[in-house]
Amino acid sequence: MSKDAVLNAIRRGLRRGALPDDQAAMLRGRLEQHPRQLIPARSRLPHGEQVDLFVANVEKEFGTITRVADDGAVPGAVADYLAAQNLPGVLVMAPHPALRAIDWSVRPLLEIREGRAEGTDMVSVQHAFAAIAETGTLMFPSAAERPTTLNILTDTEIVVLRASRVVGAYEEAWDLLRSEIGAMPRNVMLVTGPSRSADIEQALELGAHGPRRLHVVLVEDGV
Amino acid sequence: MHVATSSAFKENAHRALGDSGLQRALARSGSSFIARRAAAVANLPEFERLRDTARDIKNHTLAHLDFYLETYEAKVLASGGQVHWCADADEARAAVLAICQKAGARTVTKGKSMVGEELAINEHLERNGIEPVETDLGEYIIQLRHELPSHIIAPAFHLNMEDWEEAFRKSHTDLPADRVFAERRDILTEARTKLRSRFLAADVGITGANFLIAETGSSVIVTNEGNGDLTQTLPRVHIVLASIEKMVPTIEDCTSLLRVLARSATGQDFSVYTTFSTGARRPGDPDGPEAYHVVLVDNGRSAMIGTEFQEMLRCIRCAACMNHCPVYGAVGGHAYGWVYPGPMGAVLTPSLIGVKQAGHLPNASTFCGKCESVCPVRIPLPKLMRHWREREFERHLSPASVRWNLGLWGFVARRPALYRLMTRAAALGLGWLGRKRGRFSRMPLAGGWTEARDLPAPEGDTFFARYAREQRSRMPS
Repeated sequence: MSKDAVLNAIRRGLRRGALPDDQAAMLRGRLEQHPRQLIPARSRLPHGEQVDLFVANVEKEFGTITRVADDGAVPGAVADYLAAQNLPGVLVMAPHPALRAIDWSVRPLLEIREGRAEGTDMVSVQHAFAAIAETGTLMFPSAAERPTTLNILTDTEIVVLRASRVVGAYEEAWDLLRSEIGAMPRNVMLVTGPSRSADIEQALELGAHGPRRLHVVLVEDGV
Repeated sequence: MHVATSSAFKENAHRALGDSGLQRALARSGSSFIARRAAAVANLPEFERLRDTARDIKNHTLAHLDFYLETYEAKVLASGGQVHWCADADEARAAVLAICQKAGARTVTKGKSMVGEELAINEHLERNGIEPVETDLGEYIIQLRHELPSHIIAPAFHLNMEDWEEAFRKSHTDLPADRVFAERRDILTEARTKLRSRFLAADVGITGANFLIAETGSSVIVTNEGNGDLTQTLPRVHIVLASIEKMVPTIEDCTSLLRVLARSATGQDFSVYTTFSTGARRPGDPDGPEAYHVVLVDNGRSAMIGTEFQEMLRCIRCAACMNHCPVYGAVGGHAYGWVYPGPMGAVLTPSLIGVKQAGHLPNASTFCGKCESVCPVRIPLPKLMRHWREREFERHLSPASVRWNLGLWGFVARRPALYRLMTRAAALGLGWLGRKRGRFSRMPLAGGWTEARDLPAPEGDTFFARYAREQRSRMPS
C-alpha cells in the first residue's frame, strides 16, 4: 500500500523506524499546546490603537471603512455606502443573530434576503467573527449563520464588525476561535482587502474573481 | 503532455535571449518584485528572526514527517474528509481521475497548483473526457496557449498585453470583432465574466495547498484573486493536491510561515485570501462541497530525506529566489524546461525527474548567492546546486568538452608555479595585444563573452603578482 511505502521511505531517510512512544507523546503534547512562535511587536498596542491600526491597514489594502456609534446606525451606513457607489440596495445577508437583531426597517428601501449568495447576487452583508489589526485582516469561520459564498461570490462585500472583536495578532484571533467555536469549522477565510490580480504584466488590478469592493462597517461598541 | 526540455537548457536559454517579447516582459517586471519585497521587509523589524523561525518549524516538521503525516490523516478522516496516499505521479493522476469519475464530473475548475503542473493533471483529465478549467488568471491564459507556467507565482510572467488579447480573440469565439482590449482592466473583466459561469457549472474543484496542518487536518491556500475559494466552495467535490512536504504541525506554526510567505513572494504583508479548509460541508452549512479529498503526493520527496537535498523540502514556493536571480532575469522560466524554474527549480528538478534529464540546470548559476540571501526558510541554494554539479561530474553526465576543460584547468590549478607562469604570460600577452584599444571585441575561445560585450585587456600584472608586491610594501621596514 502506498501509505506504507511513503512512510517507510521517510523513515529510511531519517534512519529510524516509527517514532518511539515517548517522542510521539512529546509531539502530541506540542500539538495540544500549539505554542506561539515569534509575534511581531507592531500590534502590541492599547485596544483603541489596535482598532486604528486595523482601519489604517484595511485602507492600505484598498478596502473602505465607515465607523458608526452603534447598531442602529448600521442600516444607514450600508444604504449610504451603496448610494455613493451607485449600487442598488438589494442585499443578500448572513442569517446571523447579531445582524438579525439590527432594525433594518429604518431604511425601507433596502431589499434584504437572508442566506447564501447565488451567482446573481451583487451585494452581500457578512458578519465578521474577528479582525486582526496586524494586517487589516477579517476572519470569517463558516457556519450556518455565516455562509462562505457571501465572502467570494458577490461584486461588493459589506462586513459588519464590532470594534470589540478587533485583536492585535493572528494568534489572538485563533485563540478566540478555539475558545468560542472549538474544533475547526469547515472553512475559515482570512480576508485582507478586495480581490485583485497582478497576472497581466505584473500590474495590480482590483476585482479579479472575488469582490471588487470590500467595505467594513465598524460598530464602536465601547470596549 | 509537456516533455521536460531541461537537458536542452543551453539552447533554450539562447533562444530566450533572442526573444524580444520575452525580453520586454522580463525588463518590465524584473525589478518590481524586488522593490516590493524590500519594502515589505523594511516594514517589519522582526523579519530576519521570522526567517529563522520559519526554517526551524520546517526542520522540526521534516525530522518527524512520518508522525505528522499520520496525525494529519487521522484529523482529516475525523472531519469527514479522505486522504489518498500516492507514491508517484501515476498513482496521483489515477486517484484524481477516479474521484472525478465517481462524481460523474464533466467539468473541473482548478486553482493554481504547482503539484498539478508536476502531475500534468489537466492532460490526464482531458484524455479521459473531463474538461479542466484553470481559473487563476495567469494559469487561464497559459492553458489557452498550451504552455507551462514560466514562474511559480506569476505563471504568465513572460507575456505582454498583445499576447493576452491574441489568446482571448482566438479562443473566446463569441467576442465581437470591435471589442476593445485597450487596458488591462478590459482583459480582467473578460476573464472574470467568462470564468464566472465555469465556476458555477463545475462538478469538481481542484486546488493545491500551501500548507497542511497536522493539528486540525486543514489544508491552506493563499490567493489574491479569490479564484481558489470559488473553486473549492461551489462544486460538489473539492480535491486538494498536496505534496508531503507541505505539512506543518499547528495553526500557530502555519501562521508564522504565512508571515514570511506573502512578503517574500509579492511584497504584500498578507495575501488577500488565506483560507483554511477542514473536511466537507457540515450539518446546517448553507454552502461548501459535499466531499473533501486530499491527494497526498510523494513523487520523489521522501527520497530526498536524509540526503544533502533534504533542506530543499523546506521550500514554501514563494519565488523570491527566481525574482532575485540574474540568470532567471535574463532567460525567464521556460528555458529551465519543466515545471519549476529559477534556483529552486535548479535544485528540485534533478531530484524529481533525475540528474540525467536536469543535471545541467544547476550550472545555470553565477553563484552570486542572492537566492539564499532572500529565501524565507534559508535554503542554502548555491550549496545544493554545487552538490548537483559534483554528482553530474561524478556520473560523467557533463559534456566531454566541459569535462576535458575542467580536467585541464584542474591539472594547472593544482600546480601553483605553472598556474602563475601561464596566467602571467596570458596577462602580459593580452595586455600587449590590446594596448591600443584597451579592450577586445572578439577573442578565440571567449565568443560567449565577446558576443554581447567587450573583453577588457589586462592592464599590468596578474592579481597574484600585485598582491605579493603590495604585501611586501606594507611590511614594516
